[in-house]
Amino acid sequence: MAQFKELYDAILVGDAKKAHAATLAAIDAGTDPMTLIGEAMVPAMDEVGRLFEQEEYFVPELLLAGRAMKSAMQLLRPLMVTSGTKLSVKVVIGTVKGDLHDIGKNIVASMLEGSGFDVIDLGTDVSPEKFVSAVAEQEPQVVCMSALLTVTMPAMKTTINALESAGLRTRVKVLVGGAPVTVHYAREIGADGYSENANGAVGLVRTLLA
Amino acid sequence: MSEAKMSERTVRSYSELAIGSQEELLYGICPHPLNCGLGLTVGGGQVFPEVNFTLPPMNMTEETWAEATEHYEQMAEQILRRAAALAVPGIVLEFELLPPMTERPEWGAELTALLKRHLKAYHEKYGLAGALRVTPTDIRDQNKPPLMRTGGPWERLHRSLDLCAEAGADILSIESIGGKEVHDQALMYGDFEGIVFALGVLAPRDMAWLWAEIGEICQRHPGVVAGGDSACGFANTAMQLAHQKMLPEVLAAVVRAMSAVRSLAAFEQGAVGPSKDCAYEGPVIKAITGYPISMEGKSASCAHFSPLGNIAAAMCDLWSNESVQNVRLLSGNAPEVFTELLAYDCRLMNTAARAGGALQMRNWMTASDEWLSPQAAVLSPVATIRIATAIVGADTAYHRVIAAGRAAVEILKDGVERQKLRLARKEQQWLTRIDDALTDSPEDEAALIENMEAQYGSVYDKASYGL
Repeated sequence: MAQFKELYDAILVGDAKKAHAATLAAIDAGTDPMTLIGEAMVPAMDEVGRLFEQEEYFVPELLLAGRAMKSAMQLLRPLMVTSGTKLSVKVVIGTVKGDLHDIGKNIVASMLEGSGFDVIDLGTDVSPEKFVSAVAEQEPQVVCMSALLTVTMPAMKTTINALESAGLRTRVKVLVGGAPVTVHYAREIGADGYSENANGAVGLVRTLLA
Repeated sequence: MSEAKMSERTVRSYSELAIGSQEELLYGICPHPLNCGLGLTVGGGQVFPEVNFTLPPMNMTEETWAEATEHYEQMAEQILRRAAALAVPGIVLEFELLPPMTERPEWGAELTALLKRHLKAYHEKYGLAGALRVTPTDIRDQNKPPLMRTGGPWERLHRSLDLCAEAGADILSIESIGGKEVHDQALMYGDFEGIVFALGVLAPRDMAWLWAEIGEICQRHPGVVAGGDSACGFANTAMQLAHQKMLPEVLAAVVRAMSAVRSLAAFEQGAVGPSKDCAYEGPVIKAITGYPISMEGKSASCAHFSPLGNIAAAMCDLWSNESVQNVRLLSGNAPEVFTELLAYDCRLMNTAARAGGALQMRNWMTASDEWLSPQAAVLSPVATIRIATAIVGADTAYHRVIAAGRAAVEILKDGVERQKLRLARKEQQWLTRIDDALTDSPEDEAALIENMEAQYGSVYDKASYGL
């Protein structure tokens, strides 16, 4: 990792410009993208996650690191496509129908993106039909749903039912979260996972796909 | 305070405090008490419970509408029966519409009429003074970027406010969201300049426009008053993220102080209180305007946690539970349970006041929490006067936000220096960072608007803010 320390440090402190420059330099030096990802970027994001868990980092540090990671990934992605390297896991995320609250959902989306996932954010007030269309068209491996209101929580179940009716439920892992949602409720509606915070959601996605 | 007539409305401008001394900043009393509803005077010497209640988890559709109205019938009846049983001298019911009830304004109006019917019945039978606060959901953020002054969501929101006023609301309120589209993003990335832009440029513009509209609706419905707003979508978001260790407490505290500027804009446009319960910036508003405020603290733990349980009550005129679902507990349903909690909280405060002990009681409630967290530290009566003084000492919303932020930083630094407030190392670092950002802030808002264009130009709709 020592040779990629500049990139590692840039991601750790959330400096997107330095991360971009260090990645460019590594590409020019002929470094394999997967080596760069495996030896600098993923370890840096793991350390960022650890610092957050240890309450040394707040969300802004976490998201700035994610932004730096993303700026590096933007340079690597075309090279990976050319070489036929498999791209990252795709996640569809949205706040359920009838609910306009999105800050928690946005934090989860940003953290997933920063952790290397390909995130498709459907926004707020997302109908079950829209989730179904996104799964059919985008073929994600994971669907994340958020709700802040007790009266919109049932839309999570409705969405899962819609995925089942469309024959798409077995294709995706479904995660739910939001202030009134509980692990019990997640089980009751047939979700695959629940997290009470954004960092936990990233870990959960990784665990479910392992 | 100076006043200027714009059309039929009064636009106020605050350059001095209505309550200039922290010893006079007490609970239950204010320079401009509000007579409203069914014989209720808020801020005239007593604190009253403001009970807020909502549905349990359920779908909100035409098929479930009858079930929803049954819940509201039950909640209103049980809340008022508890209030009567405990000889509460007055009560405010707050009906916060859920998004579907604002989207379909007739639904919100139907429930408004239902609740008012219950209040009237208890007023007639038991002499219970009361008022109904109605708070439609601000649904204007459905487009990207949100359109605040035009389009279907605004038209439905306006109709909802209008129909609820017609159906029996006594106090109209809203938790408005102008500027939130930028603030959310800036908050998440710790971009202090973006936060200032949202709170000092965008939000006050939307507040001025929106509250002028609400003022006009109230004028068309005699007896309905424009209550006040809340920086819920701004400062409470920061508070909750800080509670979850996702944001620094010091940032949430400074955001709270700065958010008072946008909430003040409602009063500049004619609001007369009581401001919203979740507006923890309320004491600053009370000090500046002299109008009554609603607050929430320990008895709102049914809705959310906070480090402000007692101190939040120190200067309140209404004392609220924020929101509670209609679910069964051992003693009864939760809205009735929380009515009892609030009733006893208020009874103790009022008993102390009648015995001449309001200042002592206030000081105890303050001392209980003041140094528990940075967010409590900016909420003491002394801190309130410092922040309010800083705000009225500046002449534009932008400069007021900077002044409020500086005052909050100084309050926190003083607390640390006096070894009253303990901050973790990373919180200290953030406080220094915020202090530096305030020092480096642009001279005027024009420079700030230009600075923000690259990062946030596509996030907000300029026409929605008159820019």
